[in-house]
Amino acid sequence: MPPALSIHGLRKTYGPVVAVEQLDLEVGEGECFGLLGPNGAGKTTTIEICEGLIRPDAGEVVVLGRRWDRDERELRERLGVSLQETQLAEKLTVQETLELFRSFYRRRQPVDDVIDAVQLGEKRRARVGHLSGGQKQRLALACALVGDPDLFFLDEPTTGLDPQSRRQLWDMIDSFQERGRTVVITTHYMEEAERLCDRVAIVDHGRVIALGRPRALIASLGAQHVVEFAVADAISLEAVTLSSLPGVLGARSEDGRWLLQAAEVHTAVPALLDHLARRGAALTELRTHTPTLEDVFVALTGRHLRDG
Amino acid sequence: MGEPSVRRSWREHPLLHLTLCRYREFVREPEALFWTFVFPVLLAAGLGLAFRSKPPDVSRVGVLAGPLGETTAGALRADRGLDVRLYDDSAGGAALRTGRIAVLVVPVTADSVIYRFDESREEARVARLLADDALERARGRGEMVIGTDQLVRERGSRYIDFLLPGLLAMNLMGTGVWGTGFAVVDQRRKRLLKRLVATPMVRGHYLASFLFSRLGLLVLEVGVLVGFGALVFGVPVRGSIGALVLLSVLAGVMFGGLGLLLAARPRTIEGASGMMNLALLPMWVLSGVFFSSANFPDFLQPFIQALPLTASVDAFRAHMLEGASLAMLGPEVVLMLAWTVGSFGLALRLFRWQ
Repeated sequence: MPPALSIHGLRKTYGPVVAVEQLDLEVGEGECFGLLGPNGAGKTTTIEICEGLIRPDAGEVVVLGRRWDRDERELRERLGVSLQETQLAEKLTVQETLELFRSFYRRRQPVDDVIDAVQLGEKRRARVGHLSGGQKQRLALACALVGDPDLFFLDEPTTGLDPQSRRQLWDMIDSFQERGRTVVITTHYMEEAERLCDRVAIVDHGRVIALGRPRALIASLGAQHVVEFAVADAISLEAVTLSSLPGVLGARSEDGRWLLQAAEVHTAVPALLDHLARRGAALTELRTHTPTLEDVFVALTGRHLRDG
Repeated sequence: MGEPSVRRSWREHPLLHLTLCRYREFVREPEALFWTFVFPVLLAAGLGLAFRSKPPDVSRVGVLAGPLGETTAGALRADRGLDVRLYDDSAGGAALRTGRIAVLVVPVTADSVIYRFDESREEARVARLLADDALERARGRGEMVIGTDQLVRERGSRYIDFLLPGLLAMNLMGTGVWGTGFAVVDQRRKRLLKRLVATPMVRGHYLASFLFSRLGLLVLEVGVLVGFGALVFGVPVRGSIGALVLLSVLAGVMFGGLGLLLAARPRTIEGASGMMNLALLPMWVLSGVFFSSANFPDFLQPFIQALPLTASVDAFRAHMLEGASLAMLGPEVVLMLAWTVGSFGLALRLFRWQ
């Protein structure tokens, strides 16, 4: 089966700024694929090239076995798109907006079905300007769903939403994927990528720096836990010493805090406390968490996803 | 979800839905309704009641052609404050009605003339006095020229009659250009255009929906203003209603196309606003809405005559006041068609979708 999306040697510059540099990806049919990275990593440029909205400087993009320069119209019929920060017409109602978008497609879903699917039944006659942020985002999703797409591109669909709205949106993306359709999503929320995506590509400075299933990427850290702590000023600790503590696999500091990758919390933490007591260092902060894609990103780049 | 549908009736045509959206967005904006329908009526009422006429620096005087025409005109031309032209009978009447001349001098004998003018217009009274003066001076002060006044006060020669067709054209320009231009730039700014381009929407349908939505609205715009003029001031509509509708449609679509062209590139409301002011301001001044464009010097005339507002003001005025048919308005209609096709075609090429 041919891949739903394949990209080779993609490159795009804006003047002196390189947005995408030598990017390769392949997304299988029926897969939910995530592009994860900080702001400015090139995620939006990449996805908009795939959507045929931006022309790349170099590289090859094949979507659903077709190319933009030859089959634009055909591709538009089969793609669903949710752009970052689109404001739909405020004066139109939910139903009118969907009827408009539906009229563009040859293959389409009944408006009522789509309204039910995104749980906007009660807002059917409400004007777009009166919807909440989460409802607007669900409507944006619905505008793509009325075209009954085979491949759905979502660019940061949950940015700025409250946790409940975000979970609602995730459920909708799930049910779309359950019908065997392909989803490509960009996000800088690692929990979103872990929750939704079969595979993720971590993108930084326009390149893919890690690719795989979220679990596998996290497991590649070798750590079961991450121990975060901070000590009172004027005490200097050394990464080498901390790394050699029992149960600790690696140590690094950032913003005045230390992060230890630990195989087992119950051996690493007592050893750490022992060590700090010997150095006369007073703890000001201590917590542990299980590693996330964020830790993978930090381990690869030394920066946080949200630092940009 | 249900089965995907494949049939498509006219009720599901994208052009219909795009056009409906234009209407809905318009009628759900109360301010837009005020500026489109109420404002021009208030303007016409205010100007028609208060602002009687604007005395020009040069009084334009017509002389009825005939055996004595050339002599009389020569005598009048001695006064540099008079702009004198010869007319035959029907052309002279038409020029008088449409305000191209303030007074028509009809030579009767070597020493008597008739002045035809509307004494309610200050401009006309001044022109009559100047003409009388010039003729007396030509004969030497001693010999009086016997001048008889023939007051013309038929509907169609007053300032409100002159003004209303101009306001009509100006209003169609305003709503066409601003209404279309702002809607486009607003959608571009909100990235709705980019979202639409990501669908299989035909781009020409999007642009055409603006022109189609103009059609329904301008029936109301024209109806309200012409109806007001007829009922309150008795402004005549001497041409056929069919021709008025066609002229209105043509002007409405032309200015809609001009709006699309002006909004083809700007990314911000401020940018669009600047473009539109730059394009519209010369027309407000030069195209003869409030006073005849014949007041401007000859070297400007080719430019003024090529402007879309001049063509539509002249066409509406000739239609309403002189009863001109579409065939008689050939040059104006052709010019308006050229502007329509040109601006729509250029807009489609230049349009910035993202």
